[in-house]
Amino acid sequence: MTQDLVTVTIDGLAVQVPKGTSVIEAAKQAGVLIPHYCYHPSLRSPAVCRMCLVEVEKAPKLMPACVTTVADGQVVHTDSEAARKARTGVLEFLLINHPLDCPICDQAGECELQDYVFQEGRAGSRYGDYAKRYNPVEDFGPDVLYVANRCILCTRCVRFMEDVAEAPVLNVSERGDRAYIGIDPAHCLDHPWAGNVVDLCPVGSLISKDFLHKARAWDLDKTASICTGCSQGCNIMVDTRDNTVVRVRPRANLDVNRHFICDHGRMHYRWMNRGDRIEAPLVAEAGRHLATDWDAAAAGLRELVAKSGRTVVLASAGASLESLGLVARLLARSSPLLAVQIPPVADAEAPLAGVPGLALRTERAPNGEGARLTGYSRDWPAAVRAAAGADLVVLLDVTLTEAELGEVRRAKAIVVFGTRQDQVVAEARLVLPVTNVAEENGTFVNRDRRVQRYQQAKVASGMARPAWWVAAQALAVPEAPSTVAEAFDLIAGATPDLAGIRYADLGLSGRVASARSHAGV
Amino acid sequence: MGYPHASHPKEEVVLSKHFGDAGARTFDGWVKRGGYEALRKALALSRDEVVEVVKASGLRGRGGAGFPTGLKWSFMPKEVTKPHYLVCNADESEPGTFKDREILRWTPHQLIEGCAIAAHAIGAQRIYVYVRGEFTAEYRILQAAVDEAYRGGALGGDVLGSGRRIDLVVHRGAGAYICGEETAMMNSIEGRRGNPRIKPPFPAQAGLWASPTTINNVETLSAVPHIIAKGAEWYRSLCRGNPKSTGTKLFSVCGHVQKPGNYEVVMGTPMRELVYDMAGGMRPGRTLKAVIPGGSSVPMLSAAEIEDCPLDYEGVAAKGSMLGSGGMIVMDDSTDLVYQVMRLARFYAHESCAQCTQCREGTAWTTRILERILAGEGKPSDLDLLLDLADNMTGKTICVLSDSCAAPVVSAIAKFRGEFEAYLSRARKPALAQV
Repeated sequence: MTQDLVTVTIDGLAVQVPKGTSVIEAAKQAGVLIPHYCYHPSLRSPAVCRMCLVEVEKAPKLMPACVTTVADGQVVHTDSEAARKARTGVLEFLLINHPLDCPICDQAGECELQDYVFQEGRAGSRYGDYAKRYNPVEDFGPDVLYVANRCILCTRCVRFMEDVAEAPVLNVSERGDRAYIGIDPAHCLDHPWAGNVVDLCPVGSLISKDFLHKARAWDLDKTASICTGCSQGCNIMVDTRDNTVVRVRPRANLDVNRHFICDHGRMHYRWMNRGDRIEAPLVAEAGRHLATDWDAAAAGLRELVAKSGRTVVLASAGASLESLGLVARLLARSSPLLAVQIPPVADAEAPLAGVPGLALRTERAPNGEGARLTGYSRDWPAAVRAAAGADLVVLLDVTLTEAELGEVRRAKAIVVFGTRQDQVVAEARLVLPVTNVAEENGTFVNRDRRVQRYQQAKVASGMARPAWWVAAQALAVPEAPSTVAEAFDLIAGATPDLAGIRYADLGLSGRVASARSHAGV
Repeated sequence: MGYPHASHPKEEVVLSKHFGDAGARTFDGWVKRGGYEALRKALALSRDEVVEVVKASGLRGRGGAGFPTGLKWSFMPKEVTKPHYLVCNADESEPGTFKDREILRWTPHQLIEGCAIAAHAIGAQRIYVYVRGEFTAEYRILQAAVDEAYRGGALGGDVLGSGRRIDLVVHRGAGAYICGEETAMMNSIEGRRGNPRIKPPFPAQAGLWASPTTINNVETLSAVPHIIAKGAEWYRSLCRGNPKSTGTKLFSVCGHVQKPGNYEVVMGTPMRELVYDMAGGMRPGRTLKAVIPGGSSVPMLSAAEIEDCPLDYEGVAAKGSMLGSGGMIVMDDSTDLVYQVMRLARFYAHESCAQCTQCREGTAWTTRILERILAGEGKPSDLDLLLDLADNMTGKTICVLSDSCAAPVVSAIAKFRGEFEAYLSRARKPALAQV
């Protein structure tokens, strides 16, 4: 597709960008970050903060880069004396009423005001003799606090609620330096996507109660991952402190979730920290489970598989593509009945109106599509019934109801791949501890057939390993994969819909599989 | 004319001819005084013909910017694919300006007629007259006149039998100076918060409801019927100075003059004549100190500077100020200029819409510094600080409210530095209590 391209020179570097691109976006291509607050690539730009004023040759005044479109042959200076003076001026103006809250403010360390002031703000304040304006803290609920004193009136939150969430409950109230963000008295921020205002806020004005005073930004390790809340597959950043997940934030992916995640996904991380894990591989002996090592466990699994003619796999739709695929492959000789458990369909979707194709989906699991591609059926009841007469039932990270357990116990042998103690079945021959999504590398396939990687954010407890690794150990063939990349390439290579995709191609934004078969929910 | 309304011989009475004449307010009264003939004449001309007449007359925007009116009208699309709108700016909130108020009070039909002619010229079927909320009496008079105009056929579905539809809606403001800014006004009419919009897009391309819109001041539109009736030549001949500034201008003279009021003079009239002759000059025993010639947003002039200053756009600009809205604030030697500048800054700080950082914070900070100076706690570095803030506030924002706050500060410090230093050196006693 050919586009009209224009050439613009930014800070001496010439770049070619499509016609209609803003100077601020063109600058990114030149490797220049023009400081800004109110601009955001997923929001309409009002050019109010005035931070992005740049010098454009032949223009009479400094131009706001976020709303100035590039013109062919334009020459832009983002760091000229005039531009720097303007920026320093804006920063000074922002600081006169902004409280010195850094020591107690959650945003410290990831605060855009701190960052730019440190870079080019004035070393000292000229405002010492006057009182700062004061507004009380407000609870916008359910998770959002508004610390009005810290607000820099960038209006990102107002524009997000108005244009993207299409729930205009926030506004700017009052005029001049008395202005603050007001909330409709009859409402609170309970929109399913409202939590994004906390991420959008460049300073510590809109903050999360869930994260309040939990950790300092510099204590956190940040890992790119994929949300497990539903089949949308939003890209997230998992923030951990001392091997505990303390926060989940959106990660930008313009093709999936842009810059947003829903509140369900945002709050859906505590389960990753559960302590009730299976600490070691367990083997049944004289009516009890005894801990053993992986070599013994793998050998035991191999033996069971070899002598089982009728096999059933009951798997979670939260298991990775690699785990689902390798477990299926392990049992391949016995043509197993593979089934995946899709969690009960929730009431309704919660779309984000301003981003077409983005919603909290009714299917509340991340890899239903990946399960389908690797041959797993959704007919759970049939599979449970079949399990009753099977030689071997493999449970992959599932918790069964009493009734289902009743059926499964009638099988000759049970092997549990489990993340939690409540998944242990007393009658199981082998209980194999596996890692959860935060503790391994793997891939999910979302509802739009996008294959996306998630990365290990914390260390698993005990001797847990990824389920695909356990299955690979039991395969005991020279070509059994020993890395997740090898596991993925092995499974993708054998799946027609994933043809041509290699793990190395996935990067951090994933790849869409070709549409050869009918997609799921 | 001062109060009671009686024009001074040196005035050129065109728009203000019927000020003080309650009979001119009614539809019949206006028709009897020759009204609505210009509208009839204009409707018989094409859109382009009307635009050309106004262009040739040299009429420039009387709200403050002085942009050539005919040229502004010609920016509207030739083909009407989306509805075209005319907005009449009757927000009149510029401190020192009270001329549009008189037009609304005494000759609302003059404005209605001008609006209708303008609507025809720009291809608009709908006019919004945005009247500031505080103008309660003026609103009632205008609305009554509009109702009469509908009944008399000067507005409505078949204006003066021309088959043309022209509707006029009076929209009341609610007390924000910023809504006098044309893009903020459009937001306000749309029911949104009165925040100025970034330009581009310009109103003629995308204004009210993203449709082509022209915004004109009350005085500008009121001149239109006279131009149509008597011709562009006649309007151009009303010129005593630079030929680029033609016609008459209403000056709202207030402050330390014996006869404050609205005076209509030919463009190019020397400022001396207006202040000393028409407005009666200084009070006994007083001498002139400073004049703000065009509303509080323009730089102030010293007494010496007004001695040879023609009242047209170019003449006042040559003195380093602006003709602006023509709101002339006269200050004699009894004035505490520092206090006046503080009071102006306080006004802008109150009215800032809070979008742009420099304006939102800068107007408030400027006010606080000036208040401290007046409270006897100023520091020597305060003047340089005020000038630096003014520089940071100028030319960097969406609208010019920020620049308007800076202008009086800069001009006062430049021309009357001694007054500030008197406070700083504690030679002058504090004028304000502890801040």
